[in-house]
Amino acid sequence: MANILSWLTFLPLVGMAVILIIPTRLWKNSELVRYVALGTTLGCFALAAWLFFAFDRSSSGMQFVENADWIPYFSIRYTLGVDGLSILMVLLTQIIGVVGVIASWNINKAVKGYFTLYLLLQTGMTGVFCALDFVLFYVFWEVMLLPMYFLIGIWGGPRKEYAAIKFFLYTLLGSVLMLLAILALYLNMQAPSFSIIAMADPANFRADGWLVRNMPTWFFDLTPKELVWLAFFVGFAIKIPAFPFHTWLPDAHVEAPTAISVILAGILLKMGTYGILRVNFPILPAETVHFATFIAVIAVINIVYGALCAMAQKDLKSLVAYSSISHMGYVMLGMVSWHSEAGLNGAVLQMFNHGTITAMLFLLVGVVYDRAHHRRIDGFGGLWAKVPVFSGLFVVASMAALGLPGLSGFISELLVFMGAFASHRVFAVIASSGIVLGAAYLLWTIQRVFMGPLNPAYADKDAMPEISAREVASVVPLMIIVVVLGVYPAPALNLIGPTLGSLLQTMQSAAGAAILP
Amino acid sequence: METTITTYALILALPLVAFVVQVFLGKRLPRGGDWLVIGAICIDLLLSLRVFFGALFFSSFAGTPFVWNLHGWLGDADTGVLALSTGIMVDNVTAMMLVVVTSCSTLIFLFSTGYMAGHPRYGLFFAYLSLFAFSMLLLVLGNNLIALFMGWELVGLSSYLLIGFLFEEPVVAPDIVPASACKKAFITNRIGDTGFLLGILTLFSFTGKIAYGDVFEAVRNGAFGDHATLLTVAGILLFCGAMAKSAQFPLHVWLPDAMAGPTPVSALIHAATMVAAGVYMVARLYPLFTPDALTFIAYTGAFTALFGATVALVMNDIKRVLAYSTISQLGYMVFGLGVGAYSAGLFHLMTHAFFKALLFLAAGSVIHAMHRAYHHAGLEWNPRSGENDAQDMRNMGGLRKAMPVTFVTTAVAVLAISGVPFTSGFLSKDMILGGAFAFGFVEYPQHFLIPVFGFAAAILTAFYMARFLIMTFLGATRVAERGQEALRESPWNMTVPLVLLAVLCGWFWYNPDPTTIFAKGWVSSFLTPPASAVPPTLVTPSADAHHVAHLTAMLVSLVCAGAGFFAAWMLDRRGAISLEHWRLSGSRVYQLLANKYYVDELYHTTVVAGMVGLSRILGWFDKVFIDGMVNATGRFQTGLSELSGLIDKFGVDGLVNGLARFVRDTGNEVRQIQTGRIQNYIVYATVGLIVLIVVTGM
Repeated sequence: MANILSWLTFLPLVGMAVILIIPTRLWKNSELVRYVALGTTLGCFALAAWLFFAFDRSSSGMQFVENADWIPYFSIRYTLGVDGLSILMVLLTQIIGVVGVIASWNINKAVKGYFTLYLLLQTGMTGVFCALDFVLFYVFWEVMLLPMYFLIGIWGGPRKEYAAIKFFLYTLLGSVLMLLAILALYLNMQAPSFSIIAMADPANFRADGWLVRNMPTWFFDLTPKELVWLAFFVGFAIKIPAFPFHTWLPDAHVEAPTAISVILAGILLKMGTYGILRVNFPILPAETVHFATFIAVIAVINIVYGALCAMAQKDLKSLVAYSSISHMGYVMLGMVSWHSEAGLNGAVLQMFNHGTITAMLFLLVGVVYDRAHHRRIDGFGGLWAKVPVFSGLFVVASMAALGLPGLSGFISELLVFMGAFASHRVFAVIASSGIVLGAAYLLWTIQRVFMGPLNPAYADKDAMPEISAREVASVVPLMIIVVVLGVYPAPALNLIGPTLGSLLQTMQSAAGAAILP
Repeated sequence: METTITTYALILALPLVAFVVQVFLGKRLPRGGDWLVIGAICIDLLLSLRVFFGALFFSSFAGTPFVWNLHGWLGDADTGVLALSTGIMVDNVTAMMLVVVTSCSTLIFLFSTGYMAGHPRYGLFFAYLSLFAFSMLLLVLGNNLIALFMGWELVGLSSYLLIGFLFEEPVVAPDIVPASACKKAFITNRIGDTGFLLGILTLFSFTGKIAYGDVFEAVRNGAFGDHATLLTVAGILLFCGAMAKSAQFPLHVWLPDAMAGPTPVSALIHAATMVAAGVYMVARLYPLFTPDALTFIAYTGAFTALFGATVALVMNDIKRVLAYSTISQLGYMVFGLGVGAYSAGLFHLMTHAFFKALLFLAAGSVIHAMHRAYHHAGLEWNPRSGENDAQDMRNMGGLRKAMPVTFVTTAVAVLAISGVPFTSGFLSKDMILGGAFAFGFVEYPQHFLIPVFGFAAAILTAFYMARFLIMTFLGATRVAERGQEALRESPWNMTVPLVLLAVLCGWFWYNPDPTTIFAKGWVSSFLTPPASAVPPTLVTPSADAHHVAHLTAMLVSLVCAGAGFFAAWMLDRRGAISLEHWRLSGSRVYQLLANKYYVDELYHTTVVAGMVGLSRILGWFDKVFIDGMVNATGRFQTGLSELSGLIDKFGVDGLVNGLARFVRDTGNEVRQIQTGRIQNYIVYATVGLIVLIVVTGM
């Protein structure tokens, strides 16, 4: 299939165009709009499924590459491609895309606008993971930002404006830093190019450029390369979100509609770690080595601090949001563990697994919110007897989140720990307290929401209806993935293995003797 | 007798399939699908027996265990982490564990059909039981550390679900709330599991392997090199997992609360099988433990044995006595392994599984009858005052008449756990105490405390078990009068498991010679200790020392059991010793024991309160400080823009406007000059001319 990645990226725009020309008045309840959105995302999913089978698992390089001139005057090219690093993220985006549409079925406010923005967002996200030219990457990065702002700001909860603007400004700050860093790299290229791949080869930089000469600057004696590295890192760290740039996340999650929370946690957060692995690692490996301990410290803070903060939350959604912060810490910790391939593989697998697991949790929190119209953890109690199917699903999702063996989160966390224990033993030991804390806050939540005597507020027959077939349909696909990868992780690890193997070699040769025991 | 992977795959798959079917269809199947779960476990039992007898009579695993590997589980790589495979390993220990797990499970599942009859989630209960059986079988069948850990945690999950099975009950026994008991069990186990995981990671980081055989070989070949201390640390970390799962002090706190689950659950998971997983793990990884680590294990076990027994002395709740007795007995197994009595520890695991399952099921049978009696009498349990508690032994007595089968079988189990000759317990306990005697009195006198604790616990065991029997079944009845006529023996599906388990408490299954003087029985040759992978620096007690120790230990333990029984008899008949007097005398020691040494309170005020407090502080810090900084930055920005707005409005724009105003005002002023009168103009011109002349003239 030629141009599969372009199709995948821009198919949502086609769906968007169709939605825009549907005369809403002719259709009751805007049902057609929803079906078009569902059809579009299912189409994307089908393309992704083809991609999954056609992907060459023995190659570590870019596949399905598309390369064309875009703005030749500035040597800006339209380059798309996927490798082991991005393939899982591209697949995840399509899966979450479908799930999100199902979860958005009960959106009744400005349906047309909602799904238009939703599909635009989908294009932006897929584009970010496929783009190999920095300008293209940056454009997709920003394309994603705008619909997100409106989706939170219009369809969100009571404090939606505050949350939306906070999200927007915070991310924009990161984008600006990233843009500066991109330009710094561009200006130092031997032959002008924005290619992310070309920049990974040091030979392509001008030998007499200030970047290569790398003299310390007045700014805290940091070298230009380190400044560029930090600019990229801060831009990406905001997205992860890494401590202390994380406070936009709970607000955005609490106010965003369910499906948008799902996308936010499922995919947007991954762009931070993806960006670091795609940009900081291959382009500035020596600086990455230099800052590896720094990343590991932040990772441990994310894990432990995020988990402790999660325990203190009174709102279900902000609890899940803080648990995301904690779980993304594992990604960062695995990322900088270079003694064996366990760390990097664990990190990338954890990105995928966290996407599916947290998406489940947000979907289920959305289900209970739709019924109770509140999310106070203490405002429930004893729901298990009342809604057993829903409770069962929630317990399975929580077990996946706390890393129960047999579910996918365990494998990735185990790999991360296997890697981290060899590279950063002390940090790994501190981070292991996250295992206990994760169990503590999730089980405490289960106890308060589902166990004990039934809260009289929900004693009425109609007070808390059982989860509907549509809602089950949004959760179960994710749960199947979580179980399958928990029992048999090879299908995912085989996709990413070769690419991460060569990335690991890059890092090991940059680190030299420094990391060897 | 050859076994194939099909056998083991079936053993694993059957309970798993039964679980999945039960979860989805449990409610729709006839009888809630209990036959499906029991059928699966029965087939498992038959297959396990086949494996076991093959091993026992045909030595199928002599020297070489059965190993099967699933390649490409993590990935298709040829080297490195992604080449790690998982698989199945079966040797004599596995074969024994298979039989213990499946036989206890079968009998307890059968018992549950009677005990749980009529519960609204009857089918789900059997689903959870099946999940438990699967997890436990995975735990014993796995050939590597990861599979062990997976089974380990899944067992924890099933235990969590079963302890919390009665989640809607506010309280099921004094101070026992299912909803928090299950959480406590899971989290306490997670603490141990974290240690276990760190132990696995330490081993992996030095050896790069996870399969048992590979790890042992790598360690034997010096993978740890000069880091021998780290190997000890790894051993203690691994043992942390066992401490939680096998309820060793100080991680034992979850087990007494686990009695919140229905009684068959207590019997199966929290007495017979799951808690033995820790002992199994120590036995499985035995070659890795350095002498120092083993000494640590021995002390932990010995202390726990005595600790549990002392608390069991003063408990009045029938299930709590058994819970603390379990803790104590697990301590025996653990210190047995610790002092090098490897086969004895595993042997006690097996015998204990049967007699403790029996004791719990008997307790279940009694509680069942008591509930019926109270129900008949129209009396309800009052959790506040503790009145009409169907689990309180002070409300029982004389049940032997109404429940003869339960009484006789319980008596057999009491004799077995106290180590009376002609029972299985005598054989296994004796082996452990013999090992401890040889270790602590003969070989290493500096470790004399280990056998002392062991024998002291033996006295206490006989005492509290006799007290249990007397208070429940003997003497005059204390059951409320109106309820007495409703006291009845339990139905066949509850008594048959009791009888079968009682039969398994006989000596003849294990050794034709009940004294063990003339014949050693199959156990010590079947469960031989594996060769250590670490250079031995401790001398293993010689055969002579063992032989001498064995006879002496046997005599001492007999005296101990006798002393315990005598004390209990004094308590009952003579009233010479009275726990009630002890309690009323306000003794500090009694208070200490009755409050279980305040361990729960200690954890609550330190660990739990500390963690929750820290989380509150950090939550506040995050909201007020970190997010406050973000908001402050935002406010600073808006403030700045307002300031620049003001400057723009009054400064920049003010300048422009001011200039205009100046020009206008000046114009207005200057306009006044133009009056249009010729006289004025002439005056202006004249004055101007004079000024000009004066200026130029000067």
